[in-house]
Amino acid sequence: MFSALFVMALGAVILGAALGYAAVKFRVEGDPLVEKIDSILPQTQCGQCGFPGCRPYAEAIAKGEADINCCPPGGEEGIKKLADLLGREFKPLSGEHGVEKPKSVAVIDENVCIGCTLCLQACPVDAIVGAAKQMHTIVAAQCTGCELCIEPCPVDCIAMLPIAEAVDNWKWKYPVFDIAQRRAA
Amino acid sequence: MSRRLFKFHGGVKPAYNKESSNHEQIADAPLPAEFVIPLHQSIGGIPRPVVKAGEHVQKGQLIGGPDGSVSSAVHASTSGTVKAVEMRRMPHTSGLSALCVVIEPDGKDEWIGHAPVPWRTMSPGEVRNALRDAGVVGLGGAVFPSHLKVNPGKEGHLDTLVINGAECEPFITCDDMQMRERPDGIIKGAAILRDLTKARQVLIGVEDNKPEAIAAMRAAVERIGAERIDVVAVPTRYPAGGAKQLIRVLTGIEVPHGKRSTDYGVQCFNTGTAHAIYDALELGRPMISRIVTVAGNVERPRNYEVRFGTPMKDVVALCGPKPDTDRLIMGGPMMGFRMPGDEVPVVKATNCILVGSKVLFPPPPPEMPCIRCGECAKACPADLAPFEMYWFSRAKIFGKAQEYHLFDCIECGCCAYVCPSRIPLVDYYRFAKSEIWAREQEKEAADGARERYEFRLAREEREKQEKAARLAAKAAETKAKLAAAAVAGAEDDPKKALIAAAQARAEQQKTAAETKTNAE
Repeated sequence: MFSALFVMALGAVILGAALGYAAVKFRVEGDPLVEKIDSILPQTQCGQCGFPGCRPYAEAIAKGEADINCCPPGGEEGIKKLADLLGREFKPLSGEHGVEKPKSVAVIDENVCIGCTLCLQACPVDAIVGAAKQMHTIVAAQCTGCELCIEPCPVDCIAMLPIAEAVDNWKWKYPVFDIAQRRAA
Repeated sequence: MSRRLFKFHGGVKPAYNKESSNHEQIADAPLPAEFVIPLHQSIGGIPRPVVKAGEHVQKGQLIGGPDGSVSSAVHASTSGTVKAVEMRRMPHTSGLSALCVVIEPDGKDEWIGHAPVPWRTMSPGEVRNALRDAGVVGLGGAVFPSHLKVNPGKEGHLDTLVINGAECEPFITCDDMQMRERPDGIIKGAAILRDLTKARQVLIGVEDNKPEAIAAMRAAVERIGAERIDVVAVPTRYPAGGAKQLIRVLTGIEVPHGKRSTDYGVQCFNTGTAHAIYDALELGRPMISRIVTVAGNVERPRNYEVRFGTPMKDVVALCGPKPDTDRLIMGGPMMGFRMPGDEVPVVKATNCILVGSKVLFPPPPPEMPCIRCGECAKACPADLAPFEMYWFSRAKIFGKAQEYHLFDCIECGCCAYVCPSRIPLVDYYRFAKSEIWAREQEKEAADGARERYEFRLAREEREKQEKAARLAAKAAETKAKLAAAAVAGAEDDPKKALIAAAQARAEQQKTAAETKTNAE
């Protein structure tokens, strides 16, 4: 009787120590779910979701404080991926946060720019080059299309241009059987 | 000596249709009224234009400088005046435009000064730069910059250099005719490549439906006395001309997923590329033209030496297109791309202009559901499961399609050729591939943006701290000053001393101002 109790108690102590050690030794820094959600978000840092950047939004989703359909740049596909990851139901994009737009980049009309540096301070990814009283310009390759630079511009010289389809980024279309062509033949 | 050959899996035997265009000699295509030379003709970075409208250029003059190491130069096809550097329609399925140099020939066709490259005494890096600056790219169809492939590999030497003269695609005979008429250049080019890559042996694989070409090449090897170069007849079966397939047939090596042939000491070049390398190094001539087969719905199918930038319609006109012609295809019937119009230029990738009509290539019959018969898997020369890739590409489940090694697909079209349900399988693969590529690029851009955003946050934090430190230092300084003043002035309260000093200063200024006004 006592020996059985002793064996069980000893087992509990050893296993408890092992678990306690593992909890310290293999401790995961931060929330891995946040990382996964953040890697799905488009990193425009536009704040349309109501959070100051993609990571805070990812944290809010992970805590269950925000819904998965608040990110217009991520679009429907982003929502689908988030739904897959979190095992939630797909929902259409919530209208109050904006609409899905074609991918665009901001362009400064360099003739109008007065060099006020306000857009430089607004750009979350430092994609605007310029200095006080010098003309500013946007590095198109680094612009995420967040539109945050448009509002602060006092002379309205920034416009969003959709990225044009070129030979290099052209995509093969989904094969569709052309009935009209078939009839003509 | 009979060499042991191997078989690759799958493959098909389509109607070859090569007899029509391989009787007449290669002819030079005449100068067109204007050349439209696209700057982006190879895989890699887009060359920068180095000429301006109105400038006079000579034949072989650099017009597009390579952008980085994975890029290749572009040259003027003749002497003349640059009319414009502008967007023109590309020989691309999309029908979109890209930057082209438009040259009006002056008719003199004057070469720019050029001299043989002393490649034997140059370092490998210099030879690679010379090839890049000569615009040499693979002429088999993929237009991969050749200088990146002229590399002895990790071990310092290759085992086997494969020269690809298989030319398995129906209708196309440009390599066949070049091997018959200009074998010396190809063999000399192969010898240069052999020396540059330090290859133990060179195997030139030619499909056995080209006996004249094989004979001419063997005679050239004898004549030149080239060592360690062997012309091997390989069985005719599409796609024996695929690089991995030909390597399999000649060496028995099957390059696995995720590896390159160079990992196994094998590298592959097209016969036309070997000739171009000979031209570039021994003659010092940049790549400005290639041999193009014109076949299909024309009266006189033939091969022409066409300069890059010549509009396709000018080349087709030489062969007498039949009245019911309704399309041009760049490449062959299996892997070719339909052109958006007939004014698009011949480029480095144009091995064939296949003229089509509704009779020659009837519109595809309606696609039926996949019955999973497995015929496509039997025909696939890359040993893939085409029906699975189709399934997932069609359903847009791209991750799964990739798990079935979609990117090992060479788009040869064997699966679609044998499909009893007549499904345009390759169209689905191309769709899935370009979607996956686009996603990958977006992901990369997002990762870059995240990094920049985090850097910005860190920088703002650092600036805040620096400002705080600056302010603290200043405050400390003032404090020290006050303390010093307190000691110097016998006053008890250092603040009072400061105020008194300020008052004294103000008084002084006031009297000074008064004396000034009085003086005036």
